[in-house]
Amino acid sequence: MFDLDLTRILSDLIQLINSIPIPMLGVGAPVEGREEVDIISVLKFTGIFLGGIGAVFGIGLAMAARRFATEVDPRVEEVLDVLAHAHCGACGYAGCQQYAEAVVLNPEIAPNLCTPGGAPTAKAIAHITGKEMIEVEPRIARIFCQGGFSKSLRRFKYEGIEDCRASILAGGGDKSCIYGCLGYGTCSRVCPFEAITMSDDNLPIVDPTKCTACGKCAQACPKKVIEILPSAKEVLIRCHSKDKGADTKRNCEIGCIACGICVKVCPYNSPMVENNLAGIDLEKCRVCGICVRKCPTKAIMDYIPSRPKAFVTEKCNGCAICTKVCPVNAVSGELKRLHVVDPNKCIGCGICTSKCPVVAITGTFNYMGVAKAALRKEKEKTEETEITLV
Amino acid sequence: MDFNKLLELIISASLINNFVFTRFLGLCIFFGVSRKMETAVGMSITFTSVMVISSALSWLIFSYIMVPLDITFLKIVIFIGIVAAFVQSADTIMKKTAPTLYYKLGIYLALITTNCIILAVPLINVREEYTFIESIVFGLGSGLGFTLALVIMASIREKLELANVPRPFRGLPIAFIVTGLIALAFTGFSGLITL
Repeated sequence: MFDLDLTRILSDLIQLINSIPIPMLGVGAPVEGREEVDIISVLKFTGIFLGGIGAVFGIGLAMAARRFATEVDPRVEEVLDVLAHAHCGACGYAGCQQYAEAVVLNPEIAPNLCTPGGAPTAKAIAHITGKEMIEVEPRIARIFCQGGFSKSLRRFKYEGIEDCRASILAGGGDKSCIYGCLGYGTCSRVCPFEAITMSDDNLPIVDPTKCTACGKCAQACPKKVIEILPSAKEVLIRCHSKDKGADTKRNCEIGCIACGICVKVCPYNSPMVENNLAGIDLEKCRVCGICVRKCPTKAIMDYIPSRPKAFVTEKCNGCAICTKVCPVNAVSGELKRLHVVDPNKCIGCGICTSKCPVVAITGTFNYMGVAKAALRKEKEKTEETEITLV
Repeated sequence: MDFNKLLELIISASLINNFVFTRFLGLCIFFGVSRKMETAVGMSITFTSVMVISSALSWLIFSYIMVPLDITFLKIVIFIGIVAAFVQSADTIMKKTAPTLYYKLGIYLALITTNCIILAVPLINVREEYTFIESIVFGLGSGLGFTLALVIMASIREKLELANVPRPFRGLPIAFIVTGLIALAFTGFSGLITL
């Protein structure tokens, strides 16, 4: 019954459509010329054709997706989500996708290669892949030249493309010092995080909050004055000049002349003079900053803006070690008594903080690190005793 | 087969009626990937192969199904569908059978799906009533023309990166101006062949 009704309704509808006069249907070449169009057959074929081709494509694609399905480890997606998505290539892979796949599928690849992501990303990847977390030491790009346009001489007037890579082609650049920063800002343009800006004196300034140590700038710099170093090492000799002292002095107001004063004043034997250039051994350096004050040409830079002074707390047992180690004799006090630091004399080097056996000296820049290390040591000790007790 | 006609087709599609510089189609991809030579070349290879295969496919479907059924007015919809389906299946198959190729060229495939040159080529094939071979050759010629445009533009833009461009013109504006100048130069080809 119902079927019959339906066909009748349909035929009525078709008649209705047919009765509508359609003077011209101006589409498609073969239809265009005719005065009348058999809309039913057109509609019918359109429906069949569109439906058919849709079905063919749909089924084809579905079959292809099944037949050529690639197994994607769900962890790859998870890792991809936590990566920094800078596509900087610092990990050594072409992009974030490639690193995500490599780190999930290959058990030998470390989870901490994403430098822009830093420690949280490394932690998350280690968690997802079940790999052992290796602490990433935060690093930063350091510029090893302080000879801006006002402080250094130039050999000739360079008039060309304002790019270091171009200017070095003109006889090694226009700077008299062949080791120095050219100052045309290639590093600031290649930085994917906009962490490098050029100062008024045409020297790059690295923004430590934005720099992720991806190393693009160090790669691009034709003079190789940029190095990626641990950001905790905040005292550096910012000069790469291997010229003799007199030549360096002539070319630049602020270059290292290899006088060797820093070697003499360092309590940790960190600086060394080699090839007319002093360099700091980062393993030995404790960032005390004494060399910074003694350097005659100010070639050594202290990245700690203002060093906080030391302060002795109640924990002091009066061992007087600090009075012996202080390079400026700022600590005074008798044996077995609370010592006092003279804030006018203290230079905030932090040596006393690190030498104090009971961690009683606070206030210096390195107090947090020293206190943490002491805590860890104590914890290990208690664990050891527990083990021996068991 | 008349080889002279085919050669003329390639030259006219790639130089005289270059899709980018004369017809001003496909500009979004053109400006998008012409920043670096590497991406430009990758895009060109993918683009040309998709163009050739999709013009062949669309010609087959058009002549053997749509003309007999008298529904040629559907060509725009159907051609888009054909290209999209082909690109999607190529993407899936390539991922499985040739992963290295997929990582090199796969990222460009998704961009191509809705490109206007890819749609224009089958439409022109149909309008000019080209034969099957001619359609394929026209697709190839158009692909070569696009390759030429991308390579020219990429090499210029790599140099532009270093140039001292006035601040308001940096980035896309100078790229548009350069494109206009190249287009002017391309009008010089218009007398190359008199069909």
